[in-house]
Amino acid sequence: MGLKQNLHNFKEKNKDKKWLPGFNALFTFLYMPNETTHNGTHIKAADDLKRTMNTVIMALVPCLIFGMFNAGYQHYLTQGLIESADGFLGASFWTWDNFVIGLWKVLPLVIVSYGVGLAVEFIFAIIKGHEVEEGYLVTGMLVPLIVPVDIPLWMLAVAVVFGVVIGKEVFGGTGMNILNPALTIRAFLFFAYPTWMSGDKVWIHGAVERDQAIAAGQNLDAISGETILGTLAQNKEVGYNVMDMFYGIIPGSVGETSTLLILLGALFLIFTKIGSWRIMLSSVIGALVMGLIFNGVVSSGWITESSKFYGLMSTEFWHHLLIGGFAFGTVFMATDPVTASQTTKGKWIYGFLVGFISIMIRVFNPAYPEGVMLAILLMNVFAPTIDHYVVQGNVKKRMKRVKVKTA
Amino acid sequence: MGKDSRLILDPLADNNPITIQVLGICSALAITAELEASIVMSISVLFVLGVGNVVISLMRNIIPSKIRIIVQLIVVATLVIIVDLVLKAFAYELSKTLSVFVGLIITNCIIMGRFEAFALGNGPWRSFLDGIGNALGYGIILIIVGFFRELLGSGTLLGFPVLGDPIEKTGLYALGYENNGFMLLSPMALIVVGIIIWVQRTRNKALIED
Repeated sequence: MGLKQNLHNFKEKNKDKKWLPGFNALFTFLYMPNETTHNGTHIKAADDLKRTMNTVIMALVPCLIFGMFNAGYQHYLTQGLIESADGFLGASFWTWDNFVIGLWKVLPLVIVSYGVGLAVEFIFAIIKGHEVEEGYLVTGMLVPLIVPVDIPLWMLAVAVVFGVVIGKEVFGGTGMNILNPALTIRAFLFFAYPTWMSGDKVWIHGAVERDQAIAAGQNLDAISGETILGTLAQNKEVGYNVMDMFYGIIPGSVGETSTLLILLGALFLIFTKIGSWRIMLSSVIGALVMGLIFNGVVSSGWITESSKFYGLMSTEFWHHLLIGGFAFGTVFMATDPVTASQTTKGKWIYGFLVGFISIMIRVFNPAYPEGVMLAILLMNVFAPTIDHYVVQGNVKKRMKRVKVKTA
Repeated sequence: MGKDSRLILDPLADNNPITIQVLGICSALAITAELEASIVMSISVLFVLGVGNVVISLMRNIIPSKIRIIVQLIVVATLVIIVDLVLKAFAYELSKTLSVFVGLIITNCIIMGRFEAFALGNGPWRSFLDGIGNALGYGIILIIVGFFRELLGSGTLLGFPVLGDPIEKTGLYALGYENNGFMLLSPMALIVVGIIIWVQRTRNKALIED
């Protein structure tokens, strides 16, 4: 009698206990349960919820690893310990030292995100008496990638509790939520602790402490780790070239800087048919259209360099795809099957508006440079409405056909 | 007596104007960032609703039904102006904080609702109890929301720094704690009210609507 049988007997013995769903969740992580169908199998689908979630996590892993290297690289660069910045393929980027610092800073974020989030899920499963849902697996991986590397862990924990409870559990748990939980968590952090989520200090590990040391009278050089969006919003010149932006060797949230690796993740999601290419494509189109409109406004001379919008408006329209969290949000957040539109036509409309509004918020409200977060949350709210009108439109079209036939 | 005491007790919990009838939400969201403002607002509504209910109840047999809303509005408006002037005279700073929301007590649905639903059909004493009860039910929610928003948003209660000094880094702040700026924004008031509604209906399943 093996361990599995023992565990199964244990489960049978405690059938009525309140904490059983918690036990089941761990049990099914380790073993396939004994309650399988005894008759012939009717539907064979390889991609259950856990498999889907794992695919997304696999698509995210390159971003996570890169984020660790980049965190260390940006840290050493601003400390003056890396002299020459020689880019993505350079020897000074893929070093062990960079990775260790990144691991040291990013791993706690991952652990806190998963630990707190799964604890909330377990508690709710036990209160409600249903099985623990896998819904947090992807959210737990997304959250560490979209926060600044130096965010205090307790803030992250508070935000995760808020995001999972208010963003998901109150609506009935996995699959019932209106808002993307990972973005709810980020939005909570953004509005609750703005000093830790914006500005030129938080994106690079060590910059905040350096700032405090300078304030305390130590003789050190101040670190400026402004993101590209922050710099542009102040009408300043950006010190990074386009390849840096594409490879992601720039300050930013942990995992969202590298457009290259996000693109790889996107291809993987499209290839495995987990992510909707319609949403990704239409969102990119929406962003480009908005960018072109702004470029047109600048080139027609309506906006001059004295305007506070000049910096972001005059940015070449396709640069918007490379900077900020746009690429990451479009690929991994906007395509969340629960909160996006479900109908094909709806997906095109939804994606287009995500891109369009992202760039609009980014340019018109420099206080909220991360427009993509707010745009996706806004469109999450509208997704059911879009679907409703698409479905009604279809019904109307078919009704017309019926009438023509009977007439 | 048992029946009369229900007039006060029911609105406090199982028939609360905010969490059950979902009335008077505007002011509950707008002025609860500080506990003091919540308390003053509650007292103002207590006065307006208590006195207003009695006045309407006394006049209930002589008000022509066609113009009763206008009469009710005049009564509320008079009482609100009294409250507004008293606040300006004795608590000027606070009346600045409450700003337009004192005036907007006139449009508070709870008040018109109680006039219509209760004072027009009941005697002065019972109307008075009903007014007091509903105002207390409104106030208790305002004070709960104000308590949490001020404590978590500013780290103070009634202006007194209970969690330490955020600039000098004493108390909780020495450990790295920071105020939650989201708490000071109105959406968070909506979420706090939502959580109260959630807790209340979980404890008393009879309150859950279909």
